[in-house]
Amino acid sequence: MELTADDLRLIGALRAGLPLCPRPYDALGERIGLDGATVRRRLDLYRQEGALSRFGVVVRHDRLGYTASAMVVWDVPEDRVDALGRHLGAQSGVGLSYCRRRRPPLWPGNLYAMIPGRSRDAVRAVVARLNETCGLGAYPHELLFTVRCHKIAAAAYGWQP
Amino acid sequence: MVQSALSLTDLDELDRRLLDAYQHDFPVDERPFLTLARSLGRSEDEVLARFSRLTDAGMIARIGAAFRPNRVGASTLAAMAVPPATLDRVADLVSGYDEVSHNYVRDHVINLWFVVTAGSAGRVDAVLAEIGKRTGLPVLDLPMTRSYRVDMGFPLWS
Repeated sequence: MELTADDLRLIGALRAGLPLCPRPYDALGERIGLDGATVRRRLDLYRQEGALSRFGVVVRHDRLGYTASAMVVWDVPEDRVDALGRHLGAQSGVGLSYCRRRRPPLWPGNLYAMIPGRSRDAVRAVVARLNETCGLGAYPHELLFTVRCHKIAAAAYGWQP
Repeated sequence: MVQSALSLTDLDELDRRLLDAYQHDFPVDERPFLTLARSLGRSEDEVLARFSRLTDAGMIARIGAAFRPNRVGASTLAAMAVPPATLDRVADLVSGYDEVSHNYVRDHVINLWFVVTAGSAGRVDAVLAEIGKRTGLPVLDLPMTRSYRVDMGFPLWS
């Protein structure tokens, strides 16, 4: 969707999160010169337009016991990737799933899944189940555990305070 | 951020509900915390105090919006194989960019993985080029071509 200058200011202000006060949309709007009703109307519009994947509580999984999360990347044929990806994305235990451009020979994989996990063994068990259930076991894959979250922030879209 | 000493075992039923149940559709009305409080049979003050406590403890990053990939601005996943001796320095350099929202060290030869988001594809490319130039290391640009599951939040206790 096309964003107005007000939208960019609102999205920028939201990066810090909704203020924790009784009328948070009014408080948010005050920072950027919009009234609370306008802020709510814009947020409703993003939802209606399908621009948001979600609006809500962003938890730190790594601080809630999910200390062994991993990224799995399979190298699957282009003509199979959408069918496999849709199947993969519908499985329990998968946080995110998408196809990305491959960069052979260094990085030939194209089908990604993010697996939140409390232990490496639990994540390996999920990957084994996905290989079995989705028929992904036939393709090479790489399993990359998170060693350290160096930065987790809200995305910036070029708006500067 | 000052982190209070709150551990997982300190969390009660209300904490768990607040962490789990509102990752997706947080109310957009005049008094959203009052709306939650009513549905939970609690007071608005109590719900706000719990959110503050969970935020101070670093368990909640924020209450905020996640946009679908490439619906707003442009983004990509980038990866680098960084020599271990310089990993901390390079990770700091990468995280220093406002356009880098997520930056992870992973256990692989290609060990630094980060998401670059900006208002335009041109700016995303410029950030990748600059990181490559400043570090002298190749930067793999791995743009998303299709999404099969977007960030819907993740059930913690179910």
